[in-house]
Amino acid sequence: MIIQALAFYMFAFVAVGAGVLVIASRNPVHSVLFLILAFFNSAGLFVLMGAEFLAMILVIVYVGAVAVLFLFVVMMLDINFVELRRGVLQYLPIGALVGLMLLAELVVVLGSWVVVPEAASLAAVPILPLDQVTNTEAIGLVIYTDYIYLFQASGLVLLVAMVGAIVLTLRNRPGVRRQNISDQLARKPGEAIEMVKVTTGNGI
Amino acid sequence: MLEIGLGHYLTVAAILFTLGLFGIFLNRKNVIIILMSVELMLLAVNINMVAFSTHLNDLVGQIFTMFILTVAAAEAAIGLAILVVYYRNRGSIEVEDINVMKG
Repeated sequence: MIIQALAFYMFAFVAVGAGVLVIASRNPVHSVLFLILAFFNSAGLFVLMGAEFLAMILVIVYVGAVAVLFLFVVMMLDINFVELRRGVLQYLPIGALVGLMLLAELVVVLGSWVVVPEAASLAAVPILPLDQVTNTEAIGLVIYTDYIYLFQASGLVLLVAMVGAIVLTLRNRPGVRRQNISDQLARKPGEAIEMVKVTTGNGI
Repeated sequence: MLEIGLGHYLTVAAILFTLGLFGIFLNRKNVIIILMSVELMLLAVNINMVAFSTHLNDLVGQIFTMFILTVAAAEAAIGLAILVVYYRNRGSIEVEDINVMKG
């Protein structure tokens, strides 16, 4: 029990600290790296809660894909980030005000939160004990049966996102010489070879 | 204090969500940090979903967390693609410059 508490506090404090540094770093590359740290520690929290499949998905999807995508974009764009940081303190008071108000509201709502006793019996898909079925297997048993349409729809969302990202960023730059295989194959000897009558003593 | 319950996880999620909102205010000019703040807020929501899922012993919360992850990944990809296209066209990513559609 004490080890669980210690692990929770470690993961929670590192996640929150990394979250602070994400928004406070001067260098966006550092921000992305702290975002990765926050995701890793949230994955640790997921493992503590018993959702180990989601923890692995979080590491693979976020750290492996999304954060690296951010890193690529930050490094690809040639931006003066010091210029972008200018005037940060101008928004600090209003941001702090709104943030503190939201946090106070969340504390008020969650502090008075009471779960009704019969809520446990209302579970749509109860989690079976771990010695009967593992977390991954339980999710697989549900997601391919009851939630198959939502699963397919989420695949469609990813497909649309992929096609959209490619369509948005693909461009035809003029002046770039590329190999055009159909043009090469469509060439005929008549248009590729030119017969020139060279008169003696002159160049071509 | 040593008994870790639902409230602890909800507190962490609330703090992360507030940090995400604060980041949007703090980095008004930098779209990349704003996108990262949105990712932070989605992460907080995911922590909430999983915390309630395990506390109420219902697996549906974890399944919907997967769907949120899917949508977050798609959103990041599209957002960054738009950012790259915008940078190519305008040579800057300052939020204050994005007023082409303003009447």
